[in-house]
Amino acid sequence: MSIITLKVNGGTHTLDIDPSTPLLYILRNDVGVQGPHFGCGLGQCGACTVIINGAAVRSCITPCSAVRGEITTLEGLAKDGTLHPVQRAWIEEQVPQCGFCQNGQIMNAKVLLDRNPNPTDAQIREGMAGALCRCMTYYRVQAAIKRAAVSLAAGGPVSDKGGLA
Amino acid sequence: MTTFTNVPKQVEALLEQCSGTISRRKFLESSGLLVVSVGAAAVAGPFAPSANAQAPGPYPDPNFLQLDSWIVIHQDNTATFYVGKTDCGQGTGTAFRQMMSDELDIAYDKTTCIMGRTDITVDQGGSGGSDAIQTDGWPMRRVAAEARRVLLGMASTRFGVPLDQLAVSEGVIAVKADPSRRVTYGELVGGRRFNVTLTGNDINATTGAATVKAVQELRIVGQSPQRYDIPAKVDGSLKWAVDVKVPGMVHARNVKPPVAGAKLVSIDESSVRAIPGFIKVVSKGNYVAVVCEREEQAVKAARQLKVNWQKPATPSFPASEDLYSYMRSATPTSRQGPNVVGNPDAALASAAKVVEAEYDVPFQGHTAFAPAHAMADPSNGQMTIYSNDMKSYGMRSGVAQFLGMPRDQVRVVWMEGPQGYGRTAADDAGFEAAFLAKEIGRPVRVQWMRHEETGWDSKGPAFTFKIRGGLDARGNLIALDYTAQAADYCHLGYNEAETVLIAQLMGTRRATPDAGSAGTPSNMYDIPNKRTATAVVSLPLVWETPLRTGNLRDPNGPQITFAAESFIDEMAAAANADPVEFRMRLLTAGTAEDSGFKRARSIAVLEAAAEAFGWEPRPSPKPLDTGTILTGRGIAYTFRSQTVVAEIAEVEVNRLSGHVWVKRLVCAHDCGLVINPEGLRRTVEGGMLHSLSRALHEEVRFDTEKTTGVDWISHPSLRHADTPARIDVVLVNGDPNPNRPDLPHYGAGETVCRPLIAAVANAIYDATGVRLRRVPFRDVRVLAALKAARV
Repeated sequence: MSIITLKVNGGTHTLDIDPSTPLLYILRNDVGVQGPHFGCGLGQCGACTVIINGAAVRSCITPCSAVRGEITTLEGLAKDGTLHPVQRAWIEEQVPQCGFCQNGQIMNAKVLLDRNPNPTDAQIREGMAGALCRCMTYYRVQAAIKRAAVSLAAGGPVSDKGGLA
Repeated sequence: MTTFTNVPKQVEALLEQCSGTISRRKFLESSGLLVVSVGAAAVAGPFAPSANAQAPGPYPDPNFLQLDSWIVIHQDNTATFYVGKTDCGQGTGTAFRQMMSDELDIAYDKTTCIMGRTDITVDQGGSGGSDAIQTDGWPMRRVAAEARRVLLGMASTRFGVPLDQLAVSEGVIAVKADPSRRVTYGELVGGRRFNVTLTGNDINATTGAATVKAVQELRIVGQSPQRYDIPAKVDGSLKWAVDVKVPGMVHARNVKPPVAGAKLVSIDESSVRAIPGFIKVVSKGNYVAVVCEREEQAVKAARQLKVNWQKPATPSFPASEDLYSYMRSATPTSRQGPNVVGNPDAALASAAKVVEAEYDVPFQGHTAFAPAHAMADPSNGQMTIYSNDMKSYGMRSGVAQFLGMPRDQVRVVWMEGPQGYGRTAADDAGFEAAFLAKEIGRPVRVQWMRHEETGWDSKGPAFTFKIRGGLDARGNLIALDYTAQAADYCHLGYNEAETVLIAQLMGTRRATPDAGSAGTPSNMYDIPNKRTATAVVSLPLVWETPLRTGNLRDPNGPQITFAAESFIDEMAAAANADPVEFRMRLLTAGTAEDSGFKRARSIAVLEAAAEAFGWEPRPSPKPLDTGTILTGRGIAYTFRSQTVVAEIAEVEVNRLSGHVWVKRLVCAHDCGLVINPEGLRRTVEGGMLHSLSRALHEEVRFDTEKTTGVDWISHPSLRHADTPARIDVVLVNGDPNPNRPDLPHYGAGETVCRPLIAAVANAIYDATGVRLRRVPFRDVRVLAALKAARV
């Protein structure tokens, strides 16, 4: 066991835990966030995705001792009660079926659009390759990403404004 | 009473949110109805004390013959609907609210819907068979209409005017002649009971005295309000079954046998005793689990536990590459048919051309996006299971039987979860959690690991087919001889206590396993001479096997329709006929109708699909393209129950790699009255792509003792890159009298899964001239077929 400090969605959490524990379990069971989900525990499906230093990170295969930097989870995307444009696009497009994978879809889409605000179809397919969905909502996910890109272009970069009014 | 009170705060909060502005307990108090000790049977449904998440039990069944069990009107003029279904992600909850709001005459956004919680929602069986709208929607509509009738009666008494002089709109009843005299539903009955008894021999027949509205009067049905469950799934606030935590809860993980049919010899508990937080190894028969204080500790302990297993002496099953030859030579455990129309032997003997083909479909897994899970709380001598089980009512009965507890002491709180499209109809984790909670005496959360879920979930049955058909000199299909064999045995599907895996591993078994079934094609083709025969075969190992068969989204439809509609395409090609025109000829050859007008509606969906696609009539295959990418189109059609669909796939086949990309899909869909068109479109898209995954990727692989696909690499699934560039869903109403006031609402969800694999196979044939008769169409298999045909 060792003392580990995690910064999550603006809060700081100091925990006495086995440092080899996958970040996902700590986030879900100790920090109390529930956006990231367990899907495979192998880094293959994207359900557990969180954002660290602008990168989509698979929290199910990341030991909590290896985390450097602030962690953003799905709960942390909205700012001041306003949903992120990606989240809004998801609702407008009515993307989810069961919705269990959508954490991975949304978080990966957010990172994709941060890096490439106007992706082509091929870039969307490549950028989202790691996000699996067993309800097969891919068609609507891709439509929502394009919708979000338009919304973001109209409202400026997300990281600066944290969502459109 | 234990100290582990069952107070999952987030669950309570969720229920409060769903139930209106005040908590159920406060609501009951304010209404004067909070009776601390009442006869269990005296208080129905949502008014029962157990409506509160903290209720200590027992948990009697809500009485479906009480209107109060279905609908509660609140003082603020909102309504809560309590229904016994679960939403697998297709938005049925939203559809229920639309249907019930419409009949009740209340605004959609003034309503909420609570589903699948066995102690406060009537038992409509949970989900399955795409029957939510088709079957269960009817009692929902009727009880809502009854509530409206009762409220109008109250208003009539209050104002002293006859019913026909009252108008009702959005939960407000007014006197027509003097609209200032008005009263809301909330003022009439808010916070109080209706105390109205309904009639009906079973829950599906439940009705009051009121009749439902004519279709032309429905205002909310047919619109597309956004699904109410989506915002919380997008902002991370939804509390899923995986999120339930209660004080004192511990974590369990299973230790599965390393090979099918292995027997437990011994466990070395010392191998895990040093793990911090270790509580116990629990084993009974061949079931083994470890329980620890924390989740990661349980994961580690399950990995580390040393268990001595004895392998079975003989192979449990053939290896997957030998499956079809095994099935073809096996002696069937049961047969159906032959059913004969006309004289197929004579017709085949006289045919100008005879075609014969064999088709194979492998076992395909549910492979839910996330593994099985549940949390069971044994507080107060009861058992509460928080679960994403689609058939929560079946689980309640099954667990009660499994644990030897009175049914009233068990309840299942359905919550959202990762969908497996039939997986949770054999919901092992709920049974395991309940068993372990009883053993440990503490709330236990169980979650499988990925390798367990992919390796050991229930599987859709494998099929082999042999079909012969004969054409006359004019290219008419005059004879069809269809045989199908399914590898099906010990079929799971309804959470029976003796069929879930933990029961099997413990040696609790039925005397006779459920044999399962094969099946015959569903179409309205008029073929004068026809024979259909089916058989079921068994693999050597029936119990405790990772090849347990179960209901995978439309249990046998995709397999049967793949063979049936591929073969019709083969016959069309043999007749040198356009595939649409050939099918249309078969549909129009007959005149017999059924009560659902399926012939007329079959013709309508074929026409609609062809038109939406821009189908140009010509025989398949088309002349081979010269480049690397070969393009083609294929059609397939079928029905399921009363829902009729035609689907067209446009493919690109890479001649060098064998890779198939389905570039475009068209679906013409007729499920009668559509409740929520935008919700239906997305359900159709998802269902088609699920079958596309089965067409291109999915196959359960195994050697003679274990499954070898255990994750998303060794058992691939459809990915973003496979997504069609365009999907068109055409909602058709092919009823000969589309404006009739009683137009029924049929089921959607599973029908669209049926024809897709055949449509893709037919498109590949159109593009390449190569007929693929074995699923899935993975690159390597397609490439081999192309090379063999020198394409």
